[in-house]
Amino acid sequence: MTDKKDFWRWKEYRWHDEGMNWKDADIISAGVDIGSVSSQAAILLDGKLYAFSNQRTGSDSPKSANTAVNWAMEGTGMELKNIHYTVGTGYGRVNVPFADKAITEIACHARGGNMMFGPTVRTILDMGGQDCKAIRCNEKGKVEAFLMNDKCAAGTGRGMEVFADLLSVSIEHVGELSLSVEEEPEPVSSTCVVFAKSEASSLLRAGWPKNKVLAAYCSAMAHRVVTLLERIEVQKDFAITGGIGKNIGIVKRLEKELGLESLKSTYDSQIAGALGGALFAQALETKRRKS
Amino acid sequence: MRMITGGIDIGAKTIKVVLAENGRMLAKCLVPAGLDTAAATQQALDEALTSADLDKDMVDLFTATGTGRKSCPVTDNEITEVGAAAKGMNHILKSCRAVIDVGAEEGRAVRCDENGKVIDFAFNEKCAAGAGTFAEGMARALEIPLEELGPLSLKSKHAVPMNAQCAVFAESEVVTLIHAKTPREDIARAVLDAIASRIISMLRKVGFEKDVALIGGMALNPGFVEAMKRGLEMDIFVPDEPEYIGACGAALAAAE
Repeated sequence: MTDKKDFWRWKEYRWHDEGMNWKDADIISAGVDIGSVSSQAAILLDGKLYAFSNQRTGSDSPKSANTAVNWAMEGTGMELKNIHYTVGTGYGRVNVPFADKAITEIACHARGGNMMFGPTVRTILDMGGQDCKAIRCNEKGKVEAFLMNDKCAAGTGRGMEVFADLLSVSIEHVGELSLSVEEEPEPVSSTCVVFAKSEASSLLRAGWPKNKVLAAYCSAMAHRVVTLLERIEVQKDFAITGGIGKNIGIVKRLEKELGLESLKSTYDSQIAGALGGALFAQALETKRRKS
Repeated sequence: MRMITGGIDIGAKTIKVVLAENGRMLAKCLVPAGLDTAAATQQALDEALTSADLDKDMVDLFTATGTGRKSCPVTDNEITEVGAAAKGMNHILKSCRAVIDVGAEEGRAVRCDENGKVIDFAFNEKCAAGAGTFAEGMARALEIPLEELGPLSLKSKHAVPMNAQCAVFAESEVVTLIHAKTPREDIARAVLDAIASRIISMLRKVGFEKDVALIGGMALNPGFVEAMKRGLEMDIFVPDEPEYIGACGAALAAAE
């Protein structure tokens, strides 16, 4: 029996700020983002990030929502009943059983991006597991325009996973490895991930090293995303969220093609949606108390 | 006068060669395209020549067609896939006004006149949805050989919807359906219905009237033929050996 490694499988993790005590908080709000591939929960104490979790979405959305929020609270002594207001977002937002409200991931991403990158951010590119969105927002994190591709795996994390598996390179290392080429090769010519995969196979057979094949795929993917961005007209400042935001091979090539640097954040790029949801929850709870 | 011509159809997955004499087929051969297109083309040609008991010099003219026609080592001229499909079908069925050609990596819809001339066409070469590759991927997910996908789908009694268009997303959807204990024949039907619906929307874009013919490798899949009939709500004509029609059309073009 050969031990087949799942190269696409990225690490799940959680975090909480040990310097904060949730019992001191006036408002505890949560955002739960159930994406098609990954799910995140973010918990805020009076508008400040306290805890989050990031994991794969299971086949059962309500269960994934519970897992996400419980894992974020793990070791803090906090329970679901201590959270005053929860917003569900993402593809599975209507399947968050304990949510007080569901808000679209577009709105949540803009709101979360505003906190992550500051009020100067105007264009947010969210590169998720099964879709890719270009969002333009104002200084308050309100959406002004957006475009998305959710029909095709090209330009999504899922496409990258297919390549990680094909080349037996852990998904976390794909970006770095793709940048280790001396000269940038011609991008893969196929748009479709299925066709790009067979193209890559023939490149490998023709003797191309893995890093060169990855470089060819990453630049094709970056180019594809740029065409989406161009349709929405990129305005400064520009930022990237979602899992692909951690792929330096895509980020660098995107920046180069756009001629624009992307803002960096101390927050995890995958929690933008959950964070935005939690910010909405914070605002909604404040409003509820006033009325 | 005896005029012998050859049609060579270089597709994404297979290469087809047809040798014809004044419109009558003498020999045919199909080989996998493999990695070396030129070598595979040569092999298919040699086999066709041998089975027709002909020498290469006895063939007056070769015409190439297909995605890889530019890399064909032995042709005198070329014809587009769309033109070859219309010409080849017109030869078999004069009343044919629309040809649907679904190959491994490309689907095409061609509207043509009574002389086999192309009036309008649409194709999709960018995306695996709506091509044979899609069926192949889903058969793999169902863990059955591609040849069994069609017959299996014909056993289905219930239509289940397929949400994903993209072949990559559809593969995960098939796995989810399997886990949800959806009958495999229903999944097979959903897969073929999905391809059919992509092709039909392309056909509607170019417009069509009777008769409609289906050619290309996917026409060998009885479940796909049924899915197309169901989607179009009309009968469609499937020629014998539908995968050779493009090569036939090229051989006919050479004779002109």
